[in-house]
Amino acid sequence: MPLNLNRVSMPEQEPGQRRHNFQEVNLGLTPELARAEASRCLFCKRPTCIDGCPVGINIPFFIQAILDDSPEEAVRRIRMDNSLPAICGRVCPQEIQCEKTCVLNKKGAPVAIGALERYVGDYAIRECLATECNITENGLKVAVVGSGPSGLSCAGELRKLGYAVTVFEALHELGGVLTYGIPEFRLPKEAVVQVEIDTLKALGVEFKTNHLVGKTSLAADLLDKDGYAAVYIATGAGYPQFMQIPGEDLNYVYSANEFLTRMNLMRAYKGDAAATPVFTGRRVGVIGGGNTAMDAARCALRMPGVEKVSLIYRRSENEMPARIEEVKHAKEEGIDFQFLTAPVEYLGTAEGAVRAARCVRMELGEPDASGRRRPVVIPGSEFKIDVDAVVVAIGTQANPIIAQTTPGLATNKWGYIITDENGLTSIRHIYAGGDIVSGAATVILAMGAGRNAARAIHEKLSEMAS
Amino acid sequence: MFELISKNLLAPAVWRYTVKAPEIAAKRRAGNFVIVRPKEGSERIPLTIVSSDPQAGTIDIIFQVVGATTMDLSETDGILDIVGPLGHPTHIEKFGRAAVVGGGVGIAPLLPIAEALKQAGNNLTAILGARSSEFLILEEEMAAISDGLLIATDDGSQGQKGLVTDVLQPLLEQGALDFVLAVGPVVMMKAVSELTRPYRVKTMVSLNPLMIDGTGMCGVCRCRVDGQTRFACVDGPEFDGHQVDFGSLSRRLSMYKAEENKRREARN
Ligand SMILES: Cc1cc2nc3c(=O)[nH]c(=O)nc-3n(C[C@H](O)[C@H](O)[C@H](O)COP(=O)(O)OP(=O)(O)OC[C@H]3O[C@@H](n4cnc5c(N)ncnc54)[C@H](O)[C@@H]3O)c2cc1C
Ligand SMILES: Cc1cc2nc3c(=O)[nH]c(=O)nc-3n(C[C@H](O)[C@H](O)[C@H](O)COP(=O)(O)OP(=O)(O)OC[C@H]3O[C@@H](n4cnc5c(N)ncnc54)[C@H](O)[C@@H]3O)c2cc1C
Ligand code: SF4
Ligand code: SF4
Ligand code: FES
Repeated sequence: MPLNLNRVSMPEQEPGQRRHNFQEVNLGLTPELARAEASRCLFCKRPTCIDGCPVGINIPFFIQAILDDSPEEAVRRIRMDNSLPAICGRVCPQEIQCEKTCVLNKKGAPVAIGALERYVGDYAIRECLATECNITENGLKVAVVGSGPSGLSCAGELRKLGYAVTVFEALHELGGVLTYGIPEFRLPKEAVVQVEIDTLKALGVEFKTNHLVGKTSLAADLLDKDGYAAVYIATGAGYPQFMQIPGEDLNYVYSANEFLTRMNLMRAYKGDAAATPVFTGRRVGVIGGGNTAMDAARCALRMPGVEKVSLIYRRSENEMPARIEEVKHAKEEGIDFQFLTAPVEYLGTAEGAVRAARCVRMELGEPDASGRRRPVVIPGSEFKIDVDAVVVAIGTQANPIIAQTTPGLATNKWGYIITDENGLTSIRHIYAGGDIVSGAATVILAMGAGRNAARAIHEKLSEMAS
Repeated sequence: MFELISKNLLAPAVWRYTVKAPEIAAKRRAGNFVIVRPKEGSERIPLTIVSSDPQAGTIDIIFQVVGATTMDLSETDGILDIVGPLGHPTHIEKFGRAAVVGGGVGIAPLLPIAEALKQAGNNLTAILGARSSEFLILEEEMAAISDGLLIATDDGSQGQKGLVTDVLQPLLEQGALDFVLAVGPVVMMKAVSELTRPYRVKTMVSLNPLMIDGTGMCGVCRCRVDGQTRFACVDGPEFDGHQVDFGSLSRRLSMYKAEENKRREARN
């Protein structure tokens, strides 16, 4: 049979329409499209796609199930390795993971594994397919700190193994970055994130919001006083960085976390109907080139009154860490990309609101420590971009609260928690994973770390019990 | 939902609430605050914990109704979300002769700090300022824990007519103070800091920038202190008044004036 290189494309909202609303951009595959795409898989004897998936999903197996028209089987298979397929199918950077290592990638048309995974995940949500499991209570309690993807996956795994699991979350809503960071048009909150969390609640995972570990309680006390047999710390890396250039404290210069938190967690995207405001004016500048920058730019573009959003990135398009699909969508929607450009100062109005970003152009020099070519300022290239608001999306650091309040917890020089390959920290029975260990990474890596730690916790506690 | 145990009107539009929050009550120390979200859809706002009773599992907050969220709060029978205790507790030591200076509803956050300073063995003068005697809160509580209580009102209806700085100045001139801590409107904290600077009296202020999460995640609370960016929710809220850039603080506080007014009017 000849190779079929016609990769199906996911139906999506028209750019002209979607730039004015917050509804999901990608509409999902129909059963026909899903089967058409599934039929392109070669079911390789040595499926290299699996090597590219950080949690090792048996990809050809679930694709076969789609072809066989048994989506239940596909759901069951994926859930063995990934409890949040509807989320990963949407947000995984597939192009550098499973789809990169798919053999058909060499021909330029890898199987659309992410889209198929989303199809399966959405099927599970639509049909309310509960996770099959017979939970036998083992009488042990485990505490999970943080309800982002890492905490959620750890909690789910441990619950299935019979532990009584309590997840402590500082905010008033669950989900971590899935809720406060990634916008509605990329990851619907009620239809997807909330459903996944409700699934865990149905399994019996207990959630405590408004509980900041390190302040409301101490990590060590959870073990010593509150009777938890182990603690898993998955607090993410949400401590915003600034560039420390003049004018950064002018009004309407936001960190990406502030901007996105206002938009998503506090629902400012609903305009005056929301209690928490956000101000964008007519022209917005976004600094950075990652997923966060892309999300901030596309959120800003969707706000009423916004005419132009400039994305200012100091390297070239090739070096941008954002998912390729987001960049493509951002371009279609009309984001003004200013590559090889960096702000050096923000200028303000008499009232102290930002009015312009003074920028310089860069060129790429020798590779730096990250292997990417280092941007170097072109002398005399200074120019101005007029803006009414700026979003700084240049990355985050480790939040210091838990490290400061947990004596003996080893961290590296950037404040990230140090663990062994099982997620065990320097303190017995305290584990950690996700962004607070790796630094800002991806949803699937955070989930994988949660699952790994759950297994290590179970192994350790079972060993002690026997 | 956090249960309200009692609700008292202390002055026009100033409420004192006792709220059931056992975990926070157990951990709270002077200087800590909470972030509350009164009801579904409300903003998250910071409020100082004025007192706590670990046995009863309650905390007290005092707030002035100034905008939509504090209106929501004044109308509820229970608070939907409360997280805390947040921020660094006040650094308390025996300074010697200490003065605490409070303006308006800033007297509320001042009370626990004053108590802690007194307990640490300081000789304590409390200077309280208000628009008029009607708006003066916590006078008795402050009198009970301080060695001297001085009052200034804008209209002279109680104590000295004038500003808290008018009352503070003679004490500084006499060399009667080793430490000052001020909480109140930004203009007041700025004026107090300027006043003490030439006398080289260490002066702490409790900053009140806008906040959202209170955990160091959003950065809206950033302030400039000694030329550096500091997050008031995790690095503060108390800072050395001689190092704070008050200009940028008051500018940033006015950032959403237009939107806040719109929302307040929509509720009226
Ligand atoms: C805007 C944005 C877009 C992104 N887009 C993508 C994408 O498209 N694809 C992708 O794979 N990755 C993406 N990422 C990265 C991905 O979201 C993160 O790598 C992932 O969420 C990390 O998961 P986590 O569970 O470690 O932490 P988080 O998701 O950060 O969750 C941590 C949770 O812990 C809570 N917490 C923190 N401290 C405490 C404490 N002391 N006590 C209690 N709770 C606490 C926090 O409130 C938070 O809810 C994006 C990130 C951002 C910010
Ligand atoms: C650490 C900390 C502790 C605080 N403790 C107390 C307290 O114990 N009691 C109390 O009444 N208030 C306290 N505040 C101030 C309180 O958070 C604000 O009054 C509240 O957020 C106003 O919300 P709103 O929606 O009702 O008003 P908004 O509509 O947000 O604002 C109405 C008016 O109040 C001003 N305003 C808004 N936020 C603040 C602020 N943070 N500080 C001063 N003025 C503000 C606005 O500029 C506007 O003029 C504290 C603030 C911080 C940061
Ligand atoms: S989880 Fe991510 S990497 Fe793994 S198969 Fe799914 S889309 Fe690919
Ligand atoms: S490598 Fe590609 S073609 Fe081969 S099994 Fe995996 S998805 Fe199918
Ligand atoms: S309030 Fe968000 S970082 Fe301080």
